[in-house]
Amino acid sequence: MKILVCISKTPDTTAKIAFTDNNTKFSEAGVQFIINPYDEWYALVRALELKETQGATVHLITVGGADTEPVIRKALALGGDEAFRVNADSADSFYIASQIAAHAKQEGYDIIFTGKETIDYNGSGIGGMVAELTGLPYVSIASKFDLSGQTATLRREIEGGEEVCEVSLPVVVSCQKGMAEARIPNMRGIMAARTKPLKVIEPVAAESLTAIVSFELPPAKAGVKMIPADNVEELVKLLHEEAKVI
Amino acid sequence: MSVIIFADQFEGKIKKSALEAVQYGAKVAQQTGTAATAVVLGEVAAEELALLGQYGAAKVLHAADARLNEPEAGVVTKVLAEAVAKENAGIVVFSHNFSGRAIAPQLSARLKAGLVAGAISLPDTASGFVVKKNVFSGKAFANVNITSEKKIISVLPNTFSLEAGSGTAAVEAFSPAVNDADFRVKVVKSETVSGEVPLTEAEIVVSGGRGLKGPENWGMVEDLAHALGAATACSRPVADSGWRPHHEHVGQTGFTVRPNLYVAIGISGAIQHLAGVNGSKVIVVINKDPEAPFFKAADYGIVGDAFEIVPKLTEAVKKYKGN
Ligand SMILES: Cc1cc2nc3c(=O)[nH]c(=O)nc-3n(C[C@H](O)[C@H](O)[C@H](O)COP(=O)(O)OP(=O)(O)OC[C@H]3O[C@@H](n4cnc5c(N)ncnc54)[C@H](O)[C@@H]3O)c2cc1C
Ligand SMILES: Nc1ncnc2c1ncn2[C@@H]1O[C@H](COP(=O)(O)O)[C@@H](O)[C@H]1O
Repeated sequence: MKILVCISKTPDTTAKIAFTDNNTKFSEAGVQFIINPYDEWYALVRALELKETQGATVHLITVGGADTEPVIRKALALGGDEAFRVNADSADSFYIASQIAAHAKQEGYDIIFTGKETIDYNGSGIGGMVAELTGLPYVSIASKFDLSGQTATLRREIEGGEEVCEVSLPVVVSCQKGMAEARIPNMRGIMAARTKPLKVIEPVAAESLTAIVSFELPPAKAGVKMIPADNVEELVKLLHEEAKVI
Repeated sequence: MSVIIFADQFEGKIKKSALEAVQYGAKVAQQTGTAATAVVLGEVAAEELALLGQYGAAKVLHAADARLNEPEAGVVTKVLAEAVAKENAGIVVFSHNFSGRAIAPQLSARLKAGLVAGAISLPDTASGFVVKKNVFSGKAFANVNITSEKKIISVLPNTFSLEAGSGTAAVEAFSPAVNDADFRVKVVKSETVSGEVPLTEAEIVVSGGRGLKGPENWGMVEDLAHALGAATACSRPVADSGWRPHHEHVGQTGFTVRPNLYVAIGISGAIQHLAGVNGSKVIVVINKDPEAPFFKAADYGIVGDAFEIVPKLTEAVKKYKGN
């Protein structure tokens, strides 16, 4: 069995969000980068569990510049077998998905895992696009993935509940909480990652369908209104008369 | 070049988030000088279809095929591609709800139509076709230009409030070509948390954190939620400790909620928690520590012991509702 895990690099969850170049670029000054949490905690770890329990080769792919390599090395340290970096920098989901799909078609994977969404651009689109471009079925926002032979049973979130569904491999799945428990790399993994293959591949020709024109920061909150603990009636009144939410 | 909106339903009812998408799509149609067509799949009663006219659809394409009651995203993608061709649509609108997140990207790749996922503004067509969306988990916005000829927008739920008008839509039967072989993902069962308000569609959310000390103390959170007609949520450590089910976990790695009112009880307000709730219109924080970071993101705050305040607040809400 061959599994591909799509890995993206995102700013640390506590990073200060600021922009430069007339609000057209994210300011990377002082920002730590991590593996997008959904990709690491859920997609990658579930792939590793399948490798341990059923035997599988786990490939990683990222579309990004050389600055994504530390993040990819960390994913290798967690237990990925081999990594591919498509040497291109883009924020357009279709462009990124086209790169992943081109690679996937060439290699042929049984399972392609992505995260639910990236915590920076929050597109939650790449999994669905890869599925369409590779012609594979897609299960989105899955919280459970079990495999029996060639049949996968998944749980996925729907409005106000959950759905259990079944699909035959190969399949593309976007992963969220529930899929697996987060792990931390150990020393042996970190040492081994240094010598695992990280292949740089050149991008295929692909279109971009969107472009970010500018960023904005939200307006500052007006400030909190404090209410004495012994006057909850006042809070109810304010919520009704001033905030108009009850 | 009309505008098509996917008006998805669940158990025969058009979802609230889908009505928001219809209303949005109707406005985009108005802006671009065309008409809005809503597409409804599965068995849905006529009264439900009539709602779509009230929110601005001029036409409804209804595929009353029982196989489409709970279809997988791949089948819907195929059906919508057929509707787009039939209506010569240039713009497709979804809700950025769970089905929209599954289908919109597939249709985007199929039609080579650029997608803005989670739109919070109508398109600005002054130069290009620019739509605003949240990025960095609500900590910033991006203005995104869709450069392809066909365009797809998924609308962030609970962002545009619904205002019903008096319009009516012409309902047209639609028989898209679907084969049994198209259903590659089989839905075995769906489980809804019935009787409760679904968290992601709730207008009011009452949420508890580690400050509540243990699962046995959630009764008072539920009582307040009940009094307010709210859904309940929790912080990540609370779900991780098994005090509450995982589907209540909000934040960067859990659900994102955007209710009109978010009441946070005994939650410190870590940045990862805020990322999932900072789109709420009004935030109330109850915390015994006046230095809790959550107060900086709040609109109203009470410093004090939740165990004393919450029951009193529930009583006050009940009294107010009783009047
Ligand atoms: C990558 C990453 C992702 C994460 N994702 C999420 C996420 O999605 N969601 C999330 O919630 N967290 C997330 N976290 C965890 C987050 O950093 C915090 O640890 C967490 O939100 C804290 O939960 P809490 O506020 O319930 O608990 P605590 O931080 O322990 O806060 C408890 C609060 O209760 C107050 N309190 C105590 N007793 C009382 C009382 N009697 N009355 C009133 N108030 C009282 C305290 O003053 C305190 O402020 C993430 C962390 C990381 C590193
Ligand atoms: N540049 C990238 N390279 C590889 N995979 C990516 C990249 N960007 C996003 N992904 C994958 O696609 C998922 C969804 O991303 P998005 O559609 O951008 O929210 C992420 O969780 C990753 O698994």
